Amino acid sequence: MTQRVAIELTVNGRPVRAEVEPRLLLADFLRDHLELTGTHLGCEHGVCGACTVLLDGDPVRSCLALAVQANGTHVETVESLTQEDGSLHPIQQAFADHHALQCGFCTPGFLMTVRGIFDDLPGMTEAQIREAVSGNLCRCTGYANIVRAVQQLQRDLQLQAVRDPATRSGSRVDDRGALRDTARSEVK
Amino acid sequence: MATYVGSNYRRKEDYRLLTGKSEFVADMKLHGMLEVAFVRSMHAHAEIAVDGTEALKMPGVHAVLTARDLAGVVGPLNPLEEFRLPQDLIDTIHPVLLPCPEDILAVDKVVYAGQPIAMVIAENRYLAEDAAARVLVKYTPLPVLADPFRAREPGAPPIHPAMGSNVQASLHVEVGDVERGMAEADCLLKRRFVVPRVTANPLETRGVLADYDRRSDSLTVWTSTQVTFMVRSNIAKLLDIPEEKVRVVAPDVGGGFGTKGGVYPEEIAIAYAARRLGRPVKWIEDRMEHMQSCRQSRDQVHEVEVAFNRDGRILALKDEFVVDSGAYNPLLVTCPYNTVAHMRGMFKIPNFAIAGACVITNKTPSIAYRGAGRPEAVFVMDRLIQIISRELGLDPVEVMEVNLIRPEEMPYDQGMYYRDGTKLVYDSGDYPATLHHALELAEYDRYRALQRERRSEGEYIGIGISSYIEGTGIGPFEGAVIRVDATGQIVAYIGSTPHGQSHETTLSQICADEFGVSPEQVTVRAGDTSLLPYGVGTFASRGAVTAGSAVQVASQKLREKMMRIASHTLEIPVEDLEMRDGKVFARQMPGRSMSFRDIARAARPGPNPARPADLEPGVEATHYFVPPSVTYSGGVHVAVVRLDKDTGQIDIIRYVVVHDCGRVLNPMVVDGQIQGGVAQGLGEAMYEQIVHDEQGQLLTGTYMDYLQPTAMEVPDVIQGHSTFLSTRNAMGVKGVGEGGAISPPAAIANAVSDALSMIGIEVNEVPVTPVKVLQYCREADARMRLAAAEGAR
Ligand code: FES
Ligand code: FES
Repeated sequence: MTQRVAIELTVNGRPVRAEVEPRLLLADFLRDHLELTGTHLGCEHGVCGACTVLLDGDPVRSCLALAVQANGTHVETVESLTQEDGSLHPIQQAFADHHALQCGFCTPGFLMTVRGIFDDLPGMTEAQIREAVSGNLCRCTGYANIVRAVQQLQRDLQLQAVRDPATRSGSRVDDRGALRDTARSEVK
Repeated sequence: MATYVGSNYRRKEDYRLLTGKSEFVADMKLHGMLEVAFVRSMHAHAEIAVDGTEALKMPGVHAVLTARDLAGVVGPLNPLEEFRLPQDLIDTIHPVLLPCPEDILAVDKVVYAGQPIAMVIAENRYLAEDAAARVLVKYTPLPVLADPFRAREPGAPPIHPAMGSNVQASLHVEVGDVERGMAEADCLLKRRFVVPRVTANPLETRGVLADYDRRSDSLTVWTSTQVTFMVRSNIAKLLDIPEEKVRVVAPDVGGGFGTKGGVYPEEIAIAYAARRLGRPVKWIEDRMEHMQSCRQSRDQVHEVEVAFNRDGRILALKDEFVVDSGAYNPLLVTCPYNTVAHMRGMFKIPNFAIAGACVITNKTPSIAYRGAGRPEAVFVMDRLIQIISRELGLDPVEVMEVNLIRPEEMPYDQGMYYRDGTKLVYDSGDYPATLHHALELAEYDRYRALQRERRSEGEYIGIGISSYIEGTGIGPFEGAVIRVDATGQIVAYIGSTPHGQSHETTLSQICADEFGVSPEQVTVRAGDTSLLPYGVGTFASRGAVTAGSAVQVASQKLREKMMRIASHTLEIPVEDLEMRDGKVFARQMPGRSMSFRDIARAARPGPNPARPADLEPGVEATHYFVPPSVTYSGGVHVAVVRLDKDTGQIDIIRYVVVHDCGRVLNPMVVDGQIQGGVAQGLGEAMYEQIVHDEQGQLLTGTYMDYLQPTAMEVPDVIQGHSTFLSTRNAMGVKGVGEGGAISPPAAIANAVSDALSMIGIEVNEVPVTPVKVLQYCREADARMRLAAAEGAR
């Protein structure tokens, strides 16, 4: 098991080169080698969704993928959502606004799953949203607030599409401006 | 003064958890850290001989430890002090409690499949697992006792020979005169109820990292636990080192629900290994290990006799139950005693006799899980209410009503003791009002009508009701130290160990109100034994009540001290001063003020201090809150369901919870606790079950076999609050952590039984899986067709 394979990929916009054992899981590569510990492992057999990352834009379970399979791809993890200045992505903000997390262990997986369906959100029904996140388990929240958060996001995107028809659904989310650390501010 | 308490203040925990900046044990890495894989038993009962020599030769392996290495150095784990019954209660009910110590690594024999036998310590987990596969374990199988009823038979060989019996604990409580109650009643019935074994399944598995510091000869242990202080005292005791040399920290913890509310052999083993090797050692449990080895819960079978009159009034209840405790029972009678104490719930049942036994079997050991013995009691009681109502041709609401404790009877004495040794006296609540509030939200009458209407069309709709009370905020104590630092920031150090309960937020709210500042000016630190000398932990719905009260009183003490310092410096009497927005000022002359920073400076030790001579230096106060007894939360759940004849799914049309948790610190957090608890309870009601075969082998070892509800199965719970302040703490708070999870199994079983009442189906066992529902529906259809054919003739 000492034979190593060279891989090259892009992780959260940065080029990464490494030599890895063929058996190394993508999740372990991200967590242990790149220290991107926001990606969590809940089951390591592909059911809980906590390890969800985007691989070339599609949600995948990084516990079921090998690092070598990510060669030549673009990988995005939860760390990619937060902006340079620390402000939150609208998905994160919606989760904070709706108390959609308790222990927060499942949260990165949900955020990345929702990131994966972001562009399709405006046209989705509640049942479709529920189905879309049903590959992610949460043992704390009972899902109601997660669904609410996604629905809020959906409404924001719909509104945005009406206000600015040139911006197609959800493609320019980062224009929403400074949301810096508002998760810490107060709501009544 | 309550500016923040009671508001939906946003969670202070969220930012780090949303951005990946959180730190769970698995995320931690220390220089020179080694990783562990445990070799676990493949058999449920066998003699073993272990040989680790081959494994030790594998690349990157630093050590292979077995029971031989621990012999004489690390003692076995005994049941936790904190969960022993108080002596006065022992003297009253005389329970049987046999000692049943748990080996850290199996010595000569294994008693459940999944028991740790050896630990392989290597450069990383991959190498550790490679080598673990090379540890040779020779098993000589012994007869397996997987059935508690067989295990408790007098002739059954004791699994732990030193115990002489497999009945590890038993207790018996009697109130009134059951035989007389039985003799006087109009009707009598007997039933058997089964609440199977489930597992809490926090999404983060267990994990431990221990670091030994040579210079100070001390250990720091990070572990995913609910009870840092108990872990510390056990590490110190079993490794025979002073407590002062052990610091236990729970960093971010990904859920616990009771299963992390005990001390595990792995925590001791990892601490030992770090000390022995002089290097940081980490173990992260994988999910397969978790399903096999992490302690499980419930698993009770009840044989019940109930006596009642024609109006539904219950005169006597007699119950004998057996708990399958698995191979070890570290919480002793905690769960069964909860079952006993909560059995009668909101009802007045004057004559009551109950006996429970904890039986050791060759299965995974047991622990508390959200509700801890209460869901079992509620399942029994509420199924009985429904069965009685059907027997008498009454609506279950009518049967509930004649038995409910009335508000004017509060405080209500149930005539026995609670687990903390105090009298079981409900402090406050209006149960009939809570019931009616819930029925209203559930649109009970409308759905009853719909049920009748649709049944003729072959659609099965059912309504299930369940009520519970819950003793919350159990002692013996919880502490808080409040301090103002040199920059004026308030820091609250607490002994409890949050893992999703939002303590950083809610306790900041309490503190902020006392000092008249924003919660942003308060930092809450928890989950670390170095913060204060004593602590208990977060379990049993006790955080808000005990830690909350400790924070409140400590804040008040500190506030008073700060006012005196300001009064001394400003030379203005305390009565004329006010504290707000981070300063103390003269009410008449707001210009005359001292900021918290000024006060902190004035309180510093040194010559000529600017504080009254009788005050200790420093801006700090401590309070340990000792509750007089538990305080009683309560609630009513109503489930309206429709059975899907095609898929066997139970479609939940409406799920209502009305509950009383006294003063609500943060409604958003409370609603979240209820919704989350209901989801877990629904899982237990409809899908979840840990199954071992008769050889004690786990059949539900993955998430493909142990089904948990997803966003597709869990409805949005319709919630109502009925607030009756606790009389047992100044804020009037009652615990809420478990309430959501207590009633769903009973509510769903009642709803399904109600939907199928025409064929007399009684759901006296959960989970009501889709397969069972399909069977029931087919039977019901056949019965309906037959009836229609007969009617046509
Ligand atoms: S950890 Fe990958 S799906 Fe659970
Ligand atoms: S918030 Fe704890 S598992 Fe989802």
